Amino acid sequence: MNVLNYVAQRVVTLIPTLIGLVILTFFLSRVVPADPAALIAGEGASRQQIEALRQRYGFDQPLLTQLGIYLAQLATGNLGTSIYTGRPVLTDLRERFPATLELTLVSIALATLLGIPLGMFAALKHNSWLDHSLRACTTAGLAITGFWLAIMLQLFFSMELDLFPLGGRIGVPEPRALTGFFLLDALLSLNGTAFLSALKHITLPALTLAYPAFATIARFTRSGVLDVMQRDFILYEKAMGLPHLLITFKYLLRNALTSTVAQIGLLFGSLLAGAVVTEQVYDWPGLGLYAVESIMKFDYQATLGITLWAGVAYGAVNLMVELAQAIIDPRVVRR
Amino acid sequence: MKPMVLNTRMQAETTAPRVRYFPHRLWPVPSGWWLLGQKILRDRLAVVGLCILLGLLSTAVLAPSLAPFPEDITATHPAQRLRAPSWEHPLGTDTLGRDIYSRLLFGGRLTLIISCTVVGVCMAIGVPTGLIAGYYENAVSQLILRLADIFLAVPRVILALAMAQALGPSLPNLILALTVTYWPWFTLIVVAETRTVKKATFVEATEALGVRPWRTILYHVLPNVLSPLIVRSTLSMGLTIMTAAVLGFLGMGAQPPAPEWGAMIAEARLYLPDALWYATAPGLAIFLVVMGFNLLGDALRDILDPRLRRGRR
Repeated sequence: MNVLNYVAQRVVTLIPTLIGLVILTFFLSRVVPADPAALIAGEGASRQQIEALRQRYGFDQPLLTQLGIYLAQLATGNLGTSIYTGRPVLTDLRERFPATLELTLVSIALATLLGIPLGMFAALKHNSWLDHSLRACTTAGLAITGFWLAIMLQLFFSMELDLFPLGGRIGVPEPRALTGFFLLDALLSLNGTAFLSALKHITLPALTLAYPAFATIARFTRSGVLDVMQRDFILYEKAMGLPHLLITFKYLLRNALTSTVAQIGLLFGSLLAGAVVTEQVYDWPGLGLYAVESIMKFDYQATLGITLWAGVAYGAVNLMVELAQAIIDPRVVRR
Repeated sequence: MKPMVLNTRMQAETTAPRVRYFPHRLWPVPSGWWLLGQKILRDRLAVVGLCILLGLLSTAVLAPSLAPFPEDITATHPAQRLRAPSWEHPLGTDTLGRDIYSRLLFGGRLTLIISCTVVGVCMAIGVPTGLIAGYYENAVSQLILRLADIFLAVPRVILALAMAQALGPSLPNLILALTVTYWPWFTLIVVAETRTVKKATFVEATEALGVRPWRTILYHVLPNVLSPLIVRSTLSMGLTIMTAAVLGFLGMGAQPPAPEWGAMIAEARLYLPDALWYATAPGLAIFLVVMGFNLLGDALRDILDPRLRRGRR
């Protein structure tokens, strides 16, 4: 099947899902018993002020009309205005996105670079001490709660050893914004202190997110390699006397990594939509923190915006995963 | 009509005095559940998981008699706040002077109630919808699948958080939010399994015999869908506990003074690094319980679902 065709088809099916998601979140954020106009006006507002706000934001209209207005607004690419920051939601999201993306990329890179080789070695030498300790390590990684791990890391590395900062993204003036990634910006503008500070700030959050991701990746790699190792074509290649390394890296890995790639994609998607609590514990100014803040404050435009964003990011990543899988294993598309 | 004689042994059976040929007449043939139990007991890690879960269950049930200070769920003792672990308080006391060990035991109850209710209701919704959406290919199944897609379009925590906040933080609302955001997973699992089973020859045979569809679904498809479902449910118990803890940590779960583990960690966080024991105990409890479910789930998967078997060879 033509790849472009396939992508277009998937994008088209994604749109109704997203509209459904918006409708769901809209009603969800509007069943709130609290009066949104009163929330915006603040505590000391008079009745007239609240009434004026209600009319301005259209809260006096029936819910369905409000939904219609919101959808029409969405169609023009306008996500509305956040009640608390007072700025367009899209601007907020755009500003916070690089922080989340940077954290996600670093964590996923860390998890992948450790997970795939370790999972592979565990499978190649399975039932060895490496295999057993890796299994213990991944079992723990899948059972540990992110926010608790974050707190414990903070406790040990920040409070006791004072090696890494407790939270935030950078401790010195921000480097000149080129890409939005502080690590990269600092490198490009040759700003050593900023780079070091950014690196120190990202270490603990990245480790927190990377550990469970590493556990997943290592497990899938291990089982994938073990599975493929017993296939006939590997036996055949061994019988033909192909070099061991060639078999492992060229034939075994490619076949073994299909499900791992899918997992990496899923992890990436869920982190990109905001590692909600981890960002909260480390005060990382990304989308996860934004999501928690806007949900907690009944900031419904921002909540809708972040949910829609999460849906788009998730959908896009899933699509990319499918494409990556198709490249690794062309049989996937033909099915 | 005289039954057709198929072989000599049956002939012998009808003429000769009744003899017990088959050992299973003397010893009942072990049922599937019995075999499953034996296989689990042979798996060391599964036994560890099972022990953890039995421990949780018994401490949750016996919490009122096991806890040294059962009144500490509501009572406060400001005079003895933030005491380090001692013989009197094995895990120390919290910011209101309450015994953390006692609260932890009662917290186990909440955890069990939350996870069992959520997974139970999700199965109750997911199994029928999944069977319908997987077996039929009509508008209803399309509707179910599209609806599931919407819920699965965002990470679970965000939707559950928004829902819990909208409904107002409380234990029933937490359970509701977790259920509403989680049932589509069960539906999709059942759909995938049903579609596989539907292709099998025996389902075709039931159709050819004129068996009514609901009968086929109930007696022929459902039993074959069950074992992967049990595996996923066990694993999703752990996930549910973690998500519930996250929501509790953000203040969306049971309200104080309820001893919810996630909420306890959130409280304890304010007293770090001095009150080490305060945040450690509930976190370890969550860790252990989730691990218990994961270990048991992994073992069940290895036994029940050979297609998903993860390198135990």
